[in-house]
Amino acid sequence: MSSYLNIDHVSITFPTDNGPLNVLDNVNLKMKQGEFVSLIGHSGCGKSTVLNIVAGLLQATKGGVLLENREVNEPGPDRAVIFQNHSLMPWLSVYDNVRLAVDQVFKRSKSRQERHEWTLHNLELVHMTHALDRKPDEISGGMKQRVGIARALAMEPKVLLMDEPFGALDSLTRTHMQDSLMEIQSDLNNTVIMITHDVDEAVLLSDRIVMMSNGPSATVGEILDIELERPRDRLSLAEDPKFNHYRAEVVKFLHERHNQPVRVDSDSAKELDEENVPGLRLAAG
Amino acid sequence: MSLLLANNRTFGNTRLDQFLSYLASENTGKKFSKIALSLIVPLMALVIFLGLWSVGAKNVQTSLGVLPGPAQVWEQSVVLYQEHIAEQEKESKFYERQEKRNAKKLEKNPDAKVKIRNYTGPATFFDQILTSLYTVGIGFLIGSIIAIPIGIMLGMNSVLYKAFNPIIQIFKPVSPLAWLPIVTMVVSALYVSDDPMFSKSFLTSAITVTLCSLWPTIINTTVGVSGVSKDLMNVSRVLRLNWVTKTIKIVLPSSLPMIFTGLRLSLGIGWMVLIAAEMLAQNPGLGKFVWDEFQNGSSNSLARIMVAVVAIGLIGFMLDRIMLMLQKWLSWDKHAVLR
Repeated sequence: MSSYLNIDHVSITFPTDNGPLNVLDNVNLKMKQGEFVSLIGHSGCGKSTVLNIVAGLLQATKGGVLLENREVNEPGPDRAVIFQNHSLMPWLSVYDNVRLAVDQVFKRSKSRQERHEWTLHNLELVHMTHALDRKPDEISGGMKQRVGIARALAMEPKVLLMDEPFGALDSLTRTHMQDSLMEIQSDLNNTVIMITHDVDEAVLLSDRIVMMSNGPSATVGEILDIELERPRDRLSLAEDPKFNHYRAEVVKFLHERHNQPVRVDSDSAKELDEENVPGLRLAAG
Repeated sequence: MSLLLANNRTFGNTRLDQFLSYLASENTGKKFSKIALSLIVPLMALVIFLGLWSVGAKNVQTSLGVLPGPAQVWEQSVVLYQEHIAEQEKESKFYERQEKRNAKKLEKNPDAKVKIRNYTGPATFFDQILTSLYTVGIGFLIGSIIAIPIGIMLGMNSVLYKAFNPIIQIFKPVSPLAWLPIVTMVVSALYVSDDPMFSKSFLTSAITVTLCSLWPTIINTTVGVSGVSKDLMNVSRVLRLNWVTKTIKIVLPSSLPMIFTGLRLSLGIGWMVLIAAEMLAQNPGLGKFVWDEFQNGSSNSLARIMVAVVAIGLIGFMLDRIMLMLQKWLSWDKHAVLR
């Protein structure tokens, strides 16, 4: 069977001062086109590492990632990443930040005028056309993240990768952003992998929730299918028994089963605390 | 100016009122102390300094007479200015005469060849300042053109950095006086031309400035470039920016503040080094002025040298402010506090 995105037996080991550290072990995930999958798990379990491998920013030690049956081994705009801290160029205006990506991705396929319109179109999607000339310093955290999303969408990625996109926002802004994202998603039907710590967010947005076991040697613990009708409305869902059931499932996994990781390969790996390993900041998350 | 005065007159009374009510207000104490801090305190320090200087200088007897106090230094700065004005007048008169002579010649015979000579009077203090500024400018410019690309390369490649860092650290503290003989010999050996565009003394001084002012720019650019946020570098990887685009669009803007810190340090060092270089290379700038006055040994020499010292200080300060303004103008981060 061919899937759109296939994370196939991915393991990754980092060399550290205390010997090799196996962060991910045998992670498997197959995704259909247009599917929205959330990765949830405790801090440091390697969620970000999975995302970085799919993005091509890190290379798997064993196994690999296939996108439309082609192996992914370097970063590219077909797998746009939305980083937690927005990663906008502070010296470029909102418009120029998106335009930089548009110019780079479509420098041959679109004319100058088309690229201008495409930039504006994507900023319109995230409702940011009122602040085109502002610098990132001059807009709020939520607005920055909207621009980050516009930049990623403007690349017309095959897969959208979001690393705790709303983690740094206050809860009210976060709910707005989630609603915006659902709205955009219903229009564009992107294939999305999102890392989150927020159980409600995961259930509300996802088609499937992938719950990861604790590291080291983290892997896919359980996968929960979310069969809720779309469009979803957070107010009516709050009373929905199905919604609450899913929510409870995730919470149960995180709080009851996380003490018994599915599998630990070596005893030495157990003793290593990820936070204390230098050079592993990228993997922590 | 007259407009300003008129304004003052119109609003004078209300302003006075405002000032009086301001004095009477409760916050006056606080506000007053703020003004005192920013204006009166430095002024008082200056007065105390000048006082100590004039009292102390009187007690130091040298072979060129008593060490000059502020009054003598002021006197000499006026003299230097007058000399400059006189010299300028001479110059304009010289050209006037030359023109008249040539015009007469042409009247008699329209085909006559006309000679135009340049004025060759002695360089005044102000000419020497300009020569110094020009020399330090060229030396600093060459230094920056070399240092910034090297800094970028070292910042982007940690292997290169490890390779070259020891060499940089060794050359950084070398005094200009040590470089100068080598530079002089190399310039004499390599710059051989019948009709030289630059004088050797100029080249020697400028190259010495370059050699001494390279290092802070290299080091600070390296630090700035290697400190570019990892997330922004990841964005550039996702976008598959090529090397050139990455450098221009991400690395340079992001490390601009550090590059400027380096440039400011370099220019400061360059200016300091220049005076020494000019003394020994006999480049007709401020350094030569100081040296010539020292050799001259008249009773006014020390005061004239002191004028040069003050001028060197003021110009150095000005250069630094100009760099700061450039930095503020070019910097994307308008909130950053620069000093």
